[in-house]
Amino acid sequence: MNQALRPAIGKPVERVDGRLKVTGGARYAAEFKVANVAHGVLVMSTIANGSIRSIDTKAALSAPGVIEVLTHQNAPRVRFPQRPQTMDDYVAPVFGRSLPVLQDNTIYFNGQPIAVVVAETLEQAEHAATLVRVVYDERPPATRLESEIARAFPPQEGLMKESPTDRPADVVRGDPQALSKAEVVIDETYTIPIETHNPMELLSTIAQWTDGKLTVHDKTQWVANTQGYLALVFGIPESDVHVISPFVGGAFGSSLRPWAHPVVAAMAARAVRRPVKLVVARNQMFTSHGHRPYTVQRVALGAGRDGRLTAIVHEGTAQTSLYEENTESLVNATRILYASPNCITKYRLVRGNIQTPLYMRGPGESSGVFALDSAIDELAYKLKIDPLEMRVRNHATSDPSNGLPWSSKSLLECYRRGAEIFGWSRRKLEPRSMRDGRYLIGLGMATATYPTLRMPASARARIFNDGTAVVQSSASDMGPGTWTTMKIVGAEALAMDLSRVRSELGDSSLPKGSVHGGSGTTASVGSAVHEACLAVQAKLLALATIDQRSPLNGANAQQVTAENGRFFLKSDSSRGETYAEILRRNNMESIDVTVDSTPGDEEKKFSMHAFGAHFVEVRVDAELGSVRIMRVVSGIGAGRIMNEKTALSQITGGVVGGIGMALLEETVMDHRMGRIVNASLGEYHVPVNADIPALEAFFVEEHDDHVNPIGAKGIGEVSYVGTAAAVANAVFHATGKRIRQLPITLDKLL
Amino acid sequence: MKPFAYTRVTNQQAALQAIVQDNTKFLAGGTNLIDLMKDNVEQPARLVDINRLELTQIVDQNGGLRLGALAKNSDTANHQLVRERYPLITQAILAGASPQLRNAATNGGNLMQRTRCYYFYDVAMPCNKRQPGSGCGALEGFSRIHAIFGASQQCIATHPSDMCVALAALDAVVRVEGPQGARTIPFADFHRLPGDTPQIDTNLKRDELITAIDLPASATRFSAHSYYLKVRDRASYAFALVSVAAGLEISNGTIREARVAMGGVAHKPWRATRAEQALNGQRADEATFHRAAEAAMQGAQGTEHNRFKIELGRRAIVRALTIAANNGRSV
Amino acid sequence: MYDNEENTTPMSRSAANNEFPDLARREFLKNSMLAGGGIFVASRLLTEGGINEVSAATQSSTVSPAAETVSIKLRVNGTNYGLKVDPRTSLLDLLRENLDLPGTKKGCNHGQCGACTILVGGRRINSCLALAVVYDGSEITTIEGLARGDELHPLQSAFIRHEGFQCGYCTPGQICSAVAMLKEVDQGTVSHVTEDVRQPGRVALTEIEVRERMSGNICRCGAYPGIVAAIREVSGQAAGTGV
Repeated sequence: MNQALRPAIGKPVERVDGRLKVTGGARYAAEFKVANVAHGVLVMSTIANGSIRSIDTKAALSAPGVIEVLTHQNAPRVRFPQRPQTMDDYVAPVFGRSLPVLQDNTIYFNGQPIAVVVAETLEQAEHAATLVRVVYDERPPATRLESEIARAFPPQEGLMKESPTDRPADVVRGDPQALSKAEVVIDETYTIPIETHNPMELLSTIAQWTDGKLTVHDKTQWVANTQGYLALVFGIPESDVHVISPFVGGAFGSSLRPWAHPVVAAMAARAVRRPVKLVVARNQMFTSHGHRPYTVQRVALGAGRDGRLTAIVHEGTAQTSLYEENTESLVNATRILYASPNCITKYRLVRGNIQTPLYMRGPGESSGVFALDSAIDELAYKLKIDPLEMRVRNHATSDPSNGLPWSSKSLLECYRRGAEIFGWSRRKLEPRSMRDGRYLIGLGMATATYPTLRMPASARARIFNDGTAVVQSSASDMGPGTWTTMKIVGAEALAMDLSRVRSELGDSSLPKGSVHGGSGTTASVGSAVHEACLAVQAKLLALATIDQRSPLNGANAQQVTAENGRFFLKSDSSRGETYAEILRRNNMESIDVTVDSTPGDEEKKFSMHAFGAHFVEVRVDAELGSVRIMRVVSGIGAGRIMNEKTALSQITGGVVGGIGMALLEETVMDHRMGRIVNASLGEYHVPVNADIPALEAFFVEEHDDHVNPIGAKGIGEVSYVGTAAAVANAVFHATGKRIRQLPITLDKLL
Repeated sequence: MKPFAYTRVTNQQAALQAIVQDNTKFLAGGTNLIDLMKDNVEQPARLVDINRLELTQIVDQNGGLRLGALAKNSDTANHQLVRERYPLITQAILAGASPQLRNAATNGGNLMQRTRCYYFYDVAMPCNKRQPGSGCGALEGFSRIHAIFGASQQCIATHPSDMCVALAALDAVVRVEGPQGARTIPFADFHRLPGDTPQIDTNLKRDELITAIDLPASATRFSAHSYYLKVRDRASYAFALVSVAAGLEISNGTIREARVAMGGVAHKPWRATRAEQALNGQRADEATFHRAAEAAMQGAQGTEHNRFKIELGRRAIVRALTIAANNGRSV
Repeated sequence: MYDNEENTTPMSRSAANNEFPDLARREFLKNSMLAGGGIFVASRLLTEGGINEVSAATQSSTVSPAAETVSIKLRVNGTNYGLKVDPRTSLLDLLRENLDLPGTKKGCNHGQCGACTILVGGRRINSCLALAVVYDGSEITTIEGLARGDELHPLQSAFIRHEGFQCGYCTPGQICSAVAMLKEVDQGTVSHVTEDVRQPGRVALTEIEVRERMSGNICRCGAYPGIVAAIREVSGQAAGTGV
């Protein structure tokens, strides 16, 4: 059997769900029609710290159409176990416990769900929700990281001997005194505000109980986790929870965890003995799921006059909630990105009256690399070295953190080709030296990196006797194109025409998929699909080779290959038969194999990361300070590309998100009340069409046999990482102003 | 949204009869009122739907134009006579909101927009405009988008409209109909400063209906040299941090008459009369524009978060005047 | 109750796409059920001239006390509906919750994202800020009404070809918006980025014009370059953008 992937992979393929999405036929969580559904609307706390003294639901209950109002006083009791003893939610922080929604009267943050109103219609529920009267015992909120920084602590997870997510709090490499011995030093502090994912689809759940079993249509990035979580919280077997989530209207990390709302929806459905649809409003979303945490980072770099780094110090502090220790890989990229012999990284948390943060696109790395690659740029100017040359000189040929070889790395090629396409050579070294009339022109660049993750995943492949096949896994597709990628990987492994293979995902009755995050879906689910397809193909071939009626009788697997759904001898292509013929002869409708696919020990042998480079040209209005992105060229080395079309879109999307991070996005807190003031898409600015120029992207093809069976690294995160730094570096080049506090709004450039 | 009684009227008389009841509001395009009702900021007991009144015409009025109160913003901006005679109006309207919103929003409604202050919009926050006596959340809170002119200790909100800034610059006149018949309100007197009654945005009486906005024929003299500059955080679909409507009448390089109004800086569209005085009769050059900008920003007061608007405003005025002087073309 | 057979939309037909046989089957089952809630009653009108009748029958005022439903008539994607609606109900919620036309999306519910864009009389508006009662007698087109049977609207197929979306949630709003935008350009409208608004005539649909005119539709996945390329291709301009 020919087990190598064929070169057909990587060709541009249109999305298989494209037609449904452009006709309005794709149904997202809140759009499934469920008979007799009632509407739930959340009531949120209006203080950030304290407790509920009393909550009066009489007016709400007597409003027209209202069926029930649940508060901590009457909601069904559920179980939120303490971690790490019991993992209830595999994306949650290792230490802490879920927000005990509607279980007691404690207020942990402003905008915390404290009641749900269930009514016949949405309008009735929305109105009645405003009639719930709450009296609080209020304590002053603590939401400002800087005010609490004296209480910063190393996360317990980071102190664990073998941190499950590999995020030790403190790592020292080489000489801890190296910075003080350096010839040239940069030592600066960088601040990134809270950023909120703001996917276009609202968090939504439709929950329905039937004979003690729970069915939920839910917006989630991990069907299996939501299933397991709800089972544990409600104390029922996993098999009694059915999660359906075929389409996810963007998420960017916000739906990695099952937050309070699916629990509340299921509680409400149980209480009213009817299906309940709960859609979280846009302003409520800002506190109903996590966010990119507010971070303050100190980066100090020491170098010789030749620009070679001799010391890196990166100390990052992030905010977390009162009840969970959310950790991110904030300083991890610094440990591996540049070849400094000496490196100190420290990671600290500060608690506050906020919702627990959660990974937002390029989590950790995008914040950390903004600081690191801004500092590298600052050092380059100080040394009068071209910023690109600075990075090339400090290129790491093996992983500086552990000495392991890279499984593959094409960063130098990303730099080289990116610079060529972008025209980096036209750049003048001095800041504020390029002008076009009243506009200051700036060219900047930065490095992108993100670890390659592969998680356990299961998949089933089934070949039918009509010559078609299906590949299945309970994976999610929030937009990158999993529907399409699974099909491509399946068709290739099965040696069948693309049109004969379809994919199924987003349903907990399918074999368990991995979390749809960390840029690991293709590596994990794709590998599982690949393995399942090879296994079912082998099983089918065995039916033929032992069968005297088959032209392949007696052949061994090594002598046989397949094309277009037909096995044949490598030595004589006329001797063969189709998959369908084998099945029909055996009176089988179909044949299938389910595999549980897990990573091997490759992580012990190789350091596995995707790398890339972003080149950005900005135009800054010299008087008004407004920044416009004129051009972006991004080059990414991300292993084997499954579908060029969707993969390029992922880069585009990452860059657009990074532009938002650089120039626009900030969730603003009024610390007096601990309340977000701009919880809307009108005042939390994400890029609009007019902000985004044509974007150019390319891949450096990598043949990586080490990362996973299909050789794929992720794209979604790495393309985001570094974008904000590249923009900030371009703004400095244009203006001579170094903005270390995101976003770079025009007031900072006046 | 609180339940309300819905009344649809098809003539002005019925509208004026319907509005007299307590806590009743006219509903036109709905792009602001419905938004506010969804957030419980507005809680009318009755809505009078005036969308079917015959107030959508845009007609010549002695060389000026009469803009029907119910003409859509998009239709107004794109009306050929508006584009020719008052390009400033076209530019200002098209700088605001989005195409979808402009297709629903009406001219009268544009005047009646309420502030975009965060504290006004969130019923969990204090706001004297929404709930008199509850305090101003913005005064010592987050005030990046707030006023630098004409604010009071009660309210530092800004008026969100772009169109109104241009209307202020061109000395538009608001025509209203009430129980006592018709009257006109000069645009400068239509919106109010917050003072001690920030809950009252305009001098329109509760039982009056806006029927039209008149643009005087005399203001067509600015058509060759006008520009609406909007400075905002993103390139489109965002409210102004600062905006400037500039109109110049220039002959032989000398400014015969100037009009300058600003948005995003006050509780009402802010007419920069001192700037106009500094421009009238002067050479249309950069030095003059800088002097005008200095004059315009006299008396501006910033907070920790919006102090930048003073310098930004100065620079925006210079830019807007420069472009206006250059036949409205970017320089 | 409305007649389900008559009410078959392109949405339910496209769900029969053989890529998604299971989903298509579920659609069929769901279409056989009724919406919950109970206060909405929809019936298919007998005459095709329903809209004119409504206009003609409008009196000087229509009054409904608070919390009572109002009878309205709408023509949605070619199907006439007689409905009793809560005056608070937006066109968006009416379409999604009561007419089972969820192709129109709720992204912010406050006119700040454009996901709910529909066409009323061919013009694009945000359906979230449109009370259904106000639009009594209107002709509405949603994303489900753009294709002719299996034949996609040119913008629909261009969006697929040019990757004008990823998650697909803003897509119906983007496409409806683009349909109306191209018509606006044909009608000679100008935009914020048009150099001289005094000039009459058709504005050339440059990339900058497209971006500005499509800025009322937020795409958080960042598919803007693909959206611009798709629109320019359909408008007959070179689709030179996009990666």
